[in-house]
Parts: sequence; structure tokens; C-alpha cells
Amino acid sequence: MRIDLTPRANRSALLDALSPILAFLAALVVGGLVVSALGRSPAAAFVTYFVAPLSEVWSLQEVAIKAAPLALIATGLAFCFRANIWNIGAEGQFVMGGLFGGWIGVATHGATGNTAWVLPLMLVVGTLAGLLYALIPALLKVRLGVSEILTSLMLVYVAELLLDYMARGPLRDPAGFNFPQSVPFDEAARLPYLMEGDTLHAGVAIALVVLGLATLVLARTLFGFTVRVVGASPRAARFAGFSDARLTLAVFAVSGAAAGLAGISEVAGRIGQLQPSISPGYGFTAIIVAFLGRLSPVGILVAALVIALTTIGGEGAQIDLKLPLDLTRAFQGLLLALVLGADALSRYRVRLVPGAAA
Amino acid sequence: MTPVVPPARTEGPTPLFGAYGIVKRFGDVTANDGIDLEIRAGEIHALLGENGAGKSTLMKILYGLLEPTEGVVTHRGDIVRLANPEAARALGIGMVFQHFSLCENLTVAENIALVMPRALRGRTLKARIAAVGGTYGLHLDPDRPVWSLSAGERQRIEIIRCLLQDPHLVILDEPTSVLTPGEADLLFGVLERLRDEGRALLYISHRLDEVRRLCARATILRGGRVVGTCDPRAETARSLAAMMVGAQVGEVKPPTGQAAGPARLVLSGLTLPAPGLHGTALDRVSLSVRGGEIVGIAGIAGNGQAELFDALSGETLASEPEMVRFDGVMSGRLGITARRRGGAGFVPEDRNGHGAAPTLSLSDNAILSRHATAGLSRFGFLRRAVAKSLARAVIDAFDVRGAGSDPTAGTLSGGNLQKYLMGREILAEPGILVVNQPTWGVDALAAAHIRQALLDLAERGTAVLVMSQDLDELFAIAGRIAVLHDGTLSPAVPAAGTTRETLGLLMGGSEPARIPPPASVLADTPWGPTHAH
Repeated sequence: MRIDLTPRANRSALLDALSPILAFLAALVVGGLVVSALGRSPAAAFVTYFVAPLSEVWSLQEVAIKAAPLALIATGLAFCFRANIWNIGAEGQFVMGGLFGGWIGVATHGATGNTAWVLPLMLVVGTLAGLLYALIPALLKVRLGVSEILTSLMLVYVAELLLDYMARGPLRDPAGFNFPQSVPFDEAARLPYLMEGDTLHAGVAIALVVLGLATLVLARTLFGFTVRVVGASPRAARFAGFSDARLTLAVFAVSGAAAGLAGISEVAGRIGQLQPSISPGYGFTAIIVAFLGRLSPVGILVAALVIALTTIGGEGAQIDLKLPLDLTRAFQGLLLALVLGADALSRYRVRLVPGAAA
Repeated sequence: MTPVVPPARTEGPTPLFGAYGIVKRFGDVTANDGIDLEIRAGEIHALLGENGAGKSTLMKILYGLLEPTEGVVTHRGDIVRLANPEAARALGIGMVFQHFSLCENLTVAENIALVMPRALRGRTLKARIAAVGGTYGLHLDPDRPVWSLSAGERQRIEIIRCLLQDPHLVILDEPTSVLTPGEADLLFGVLERLRDEGRALLYISHRLDEVRRLCARATILRGGRVVGTCDPRAETARSLAAMMVGAQVGEVKPPTGQAAGPARLVLSGLTLPAPGLHGTALDRVSLSVRGGEIVGIAGIAGNGQAELFDALSGETLASEPEMVRFDGVMSGRLGITARRRGGAGFVPEDRNGHGAAPTLSLSDNAILSRHATAGLSRFGFLRRAVAKSLARAVIDAFDVRGAGSDPTAGTLSGGNLQKYLMGREILAEPGILVVNQPTWGVDALAAAHIRQALLDLAERGTAVLVMSQDLDELFAIAGRIAVLHDGTLSPAVPAAGTTRETLGLLMGGSEPARIPPPASVLADTPWGPTHAH
């Protein structure tokens, strides 16, 4: 028995558009089966996961705040993944962005006079920190041929330990009763709230602007064209005169900058100080978001909202239904597998060929 | 779908194999549209047709790789169903593919054992390989690894693989496309012998001279239908071609006289290491192409054409700038974009994936090679409208069919995509144009169109370098011809002063000293008897 995948001659645009939705429905069915196997009502779980977070203003804001860093990082990663270059270390670039951008916030604590420059400087430094940190695996790949998958992943742990050390050591608040955290940032070092008295901060707006820019760059610029050609046909890209090395550096720079900006937005927005840990794994979840969104900024926006929704809903399910948080992660993984599977099915016809391979 | 009953035969014996009313549809495309074909024992039957005429589809149906939408296949008058290649082989149908399916790292015997039914694999296999090889003059060392074999030797593996199963019908798909003239002659001897043993052969080829030499009957396909059967020996190559394309084939105007222009493309001692385990190193390649002339490089695939092309285009950089000179500019260390800015154009052999990205639209593929030279980007932003009108201009000037709504390059047929890629470069009016295999797999009409475009371009003062395996093509357009063998280039000699036989010997790696090179060409060539093969 052999399984043949033959490309479909005429792909239906409708089926292409429907396939992620069908995959989502299939994930709901499988998830519902798991929930009922755990002895809970699938209907109640559905309401807790997908309806409750959308029914109140505060939880809607939470969804947006969680989706923003995911969308921002995933958009940067889309440049890499489209060019078949594998930056797995966005988590580390996120942390470095938060650490170095946040350092400015710590250093300017208590500054007086005109402090309008503090926040922009934090954002720039955070972005640059992520960018430069991402260039390490890129340079290692270009100069020495080291696999960027390994180096970018391993540098995540370096970044996390560095932040842990800095938050517990040099940057710890001396008046903080030995809690491992920095001084709280001044107002001038915080991202402003979009609505008075709410939690929605300007990081969400930053993410939307970057998404818009990325759409423009991918579709309309020679750089975006380069990324698409390298991914679609590397040999043709060389024929076009696009250098592999330069492109590797460029897409790592773009994705590192996006992750760094997401990191400092998180620190200057939601958290407001440096802590030993500033990310619940945004940099890794963003890889799922990038592929769920089929590496297009618009898709990524939708995917980031769906993943944020399930995460918020998962927290609710943990409290209300005593369902384990791991179930949320399993559901997110399942969703990715099903979306990729549905994509393959919409692109190829599967044929079972009896007998041995010819 | 009414079942088609084989018509009662009124003349001749029952054919060995028959195909009646064969229809094969792929979606909206009808590849075979009611084809009848009869193959008798003891004949070499030619199947002729342009690309897209339906030859490959019919062949795959006969070998069980495809099932027809309608129609029947018969064996000695009985209707048979060929559900898969095993069923076809069980009926005694064997096939020699154009593109070999061999594992490079395995030996000859291992490659043959891979496809043998279990019962035939045993220890005696090597002995039987030797026996079949001896009978037909197909000599092969069963223990040699495939990567060390020439294309002709590889084809012998495919043929032996086929003959070990004692087939009644052997289908050969473009068998001479990778062979030297000498190797082709050997193959013809084998085929004639198989015919005399009473086997049937279905011979698919573009090369009309071969068909006229070998085949007593030919079936000609056009647009999925049979447009005629004939005795090719009673036809001329020209009349056969006319039947295939349904129109008189316009012959290209021969190149006019001697080129008087200055040397625009000069290679001096270009030497490059082999790019990989199975790549070919270039050894002191020297050549000069003047404005206004077409120089042809003959040679069998895999003798360094791809490597030479990459070195010319700048996809591989030379070690020294002066090894490649374009219009006097030391270009050896310049990338492809800089070379294009200097007025050079390139058309590689592989259309899908090298010259074009198959999943991108035609206008995007215009950007691919022209982004720096046709004003297609401004301040880093693409000018899509300009790219679209450039694509449109190419499509109109080169009669690219099926390109109405800016489709992806991969949806075009091979010939139409090739016309598009040639047009993309030619409309740039390059000072230097390098083309690898300009008409490979392109039908006769499109090929004539492309060759004429190259001649016209040279007429306008461009230095054109054409690498081709097709000697007829080179003789039709090139003023001078050199031969690339194993990474070494022979001196370019005037096409008028050489013969197919001489070039064939060089292509096979024989003494190059047999051709006295004209002194004028040899002046700056470090190529002499000291390092001849």
C-alpha cells in the first residue's frame, strides 16, 4: 500500500478559503471529544473558551493585548519562513528587546524635566536589541554555515538567563524588599492607554501599524518580492541576482526587530517594570500563529486573535471547569496540525495505491 | 461514454497491440481525443507529434501509468485492461524512459535488481545482464556505480532492464536525445536487431531523420488526434514536420556572412572547480564572440554546460575578474545584476525553477530578470503596471499562447514559456546574450520562431552564445561552433567548414587535434595538444 499525493489540477478558490475554517471546526470536534472524555460538558467548555472572553469589555481587551505581541512577532517571522529561513529564536529576541528597552526605563527612573524622549528611545533601543540579537545566528549561518535553527533556538536560553540575572542582580529595585524585579517605570516610560481607565495600551496600535507596513512591503516592494521569490524558487532567485546571504541577514533583522519591538511594548505596556520572566512563550507561540495565518499579515492577525482567544478562554476554563491549562496548548497544537493538513488536502489529491511501490 | 468496439480488421494480420478510440481528459483538457493506433510484431512504429500533441499521454496509457477516459487497448485482438505498469509488463510491454530513473549511488546490477520481480532477482542476475549485453552489444560492467557512467551507458541499463523481461513491445521515448551521434548509431543497431527478432517497437522522437531511417510506419498526432499515418521512408523530413505542425515550417534564414563587429564576450582561461560530487569542473575555457555573430557550443548534457552558463551569468563567480570580459569590462567577479546592467542577457536551460519561478505570475517573472534594467522598481517599490505592460509586450512580440490573464509561469506549456523567457531577454536588446538549450522540448514551430529571433538579434549587432545538444540547430543558426566535453572547450570553428561527424567525435571526447583550428581563433587560446584528452 502506497499513498500518492498528486497536485490538484484546478484548485478551487472557495475550498482554499474554507480549508482553515473546516480545520477549525474539526479541531472543535476533537477538542469536544477530549473534554467529554475528561468528564465535562463540551458545550460548557465551548462557551467558556470561545464565547465568554468575547462577552465582556475587559476580556476583549485582554484578547487584544495578548494578540498584539503574537501578531507582531509572527509578522516578522513570516518574512523568514517565506524565504525558507528558520528563525526559531524570536522568544530570545523578544526578551532582549524587553531587557534593553526596559533598561532605559530603569535608568531614567525619577528623571525630571522634559522626559518626552524616554518612551521613543525605549522603543528604538528595544527594537535594535532584538535586531542585533537576531543577527548573531544570521551571521553564523552566512559566514560559517551553522544551522540557524539550532543557534537561534539556543540563544533563547542565553537571553532568558541574562534577563533573569539582570532582574535579580544589577537592575533590581534597591528599595524593593529583595523582590527580584526592577523599579516600576515612570509614567514617561510607559506606553499610554488607548482608553482612559482601561488596560488596552498603545502596543496594540503599534502592532496594527506594523502589520499594515508588512502587508505593503511584502506586496509592493522589491524586498518583499525577493522574499517571495527565494521561498518559491531559490534557483530562480539567484538568477534574479538576489543574494542568499544578504537576504538571510535582512529577514533575520526584520524578524528580530519585530520581536524586540514586541518585547519592549510588553515591558513598557502591560508589565511596567523588568521581571525575571517577561514572556509566557510569545516567541514560540508566534511560530504557530505565523503558519496558522499562512504567512500573510492579514491571516496572521486572525490567527493571533484566535490563539489569544483560546489562551484567555483556557484560563477561564481552568478556573470555572477545572480543565488543565495544558489542554489549551494541546488544542492550539491540534489546530495547527489540522490547518496544515487541510491546506495539503486542498492542494493535493490523495490516492491509495494498492500493492508495492512500482 | 459508450464502449468502443475494436473495428473488424479487413487488412493484414491481427495487430500485436491495438488502441482504439482512446480518449483521455484531464479536467477541461483533452490530451487524447479518439486515437487509434495499431502496432504489429516485427515493426518499428514511429509516434510523431509536437509537444502537447498527446504522445506522452498515449504512451503512458499503453504502459499502464494512466487509464484512458474512453477507449480500449487490445492484445492480439483481446481487450485488456492495463491498470498499472505491472499489468503492462505482464503482457510483455517494456518501456525505456527519456529521463532515466536510476539511483546514482547504486551499481548497474543493483539498479536493475530494484525493478525486477522478486523471482528474477537472484544470484544469476549478473550473469544474465552479461548475457543480454553480449547478445545485443550492450556492454556494461554490472558492478560499476551509475554516477560514473555516461548518458549512453545509463540508457543501456534502462534497455537491459527492459530486455531482461523479454518484452513483445518496447516503447522508447526520445531515446537519442542524450546520445552522441556514434552512440545513437549503436542504439539503432540494437533496435533493428530487436525488430528482426519479431518484437514490436514504438519509437517516439522529434528527430525526423532518425524516424525516416528506422521506421516503416509512423502515426502522426496533432492536438490529441491522429492526423495521418505514413511510411516515413517515402516522406521528407520537411513533409513530416509539416504534418506534425499542420502548417509549412518556416525555415530560418541562414546567418549572413562573417561578423565584422568587435569581440564583445571574451572568456580567457576560465577555470572553475566542480560545484559538487557530480558536477563538472571547467578547465581553461577560452572563447571570443563578436558582435553580430552567433557562436554555438555543442556537447552532450552534463559536460559542463550548466557550469559554464552559471559562470557566464555570474551566478558562479570566476576566481579572477579578467577571466570573463563583457564589452571589455572585467566581469569575472561581478554578480548577475551588474552583468545585466552592463547589457548582458541570459536564458538558462531549466525554464521552471531557474529562468522563471513557476508559482509566480508572468509579470512577476518579468521583474525577476529585469528589475534592475527595465525600471521596474523605484525607491525599492515595484512598478507593477510597468511590469505588466512589459510582460504584455513580450507576449505580443513572441506570440506566447495561453498568457491572457497574467497566469503563473508554471501553467504555460514548455514551448510558450520558453518563448516568453526568450522574449523577456531579447526585448531588452542585450549587447550579449547567452542561451542554454534554446529549444529543448519546444515544438517545431516555436523552435523556428526562437531561432529566427536569435538570428535577428545577432543581425542587430548582439554577440549571441548558444549552447545546444541539437547539432541541426547549431548548424542552422551558428556561424562558428565549439564543442564542450568534460569541461574543456574546443576552439570554435566555422560551421561551414565542419561536419556532424567531426563534432560528434569531439562530443564523445575523441582527439580534438583532428580538427585543425583556424589560427585566427586560436590566438588567445591555451588549448592545445598538451592537455588534450
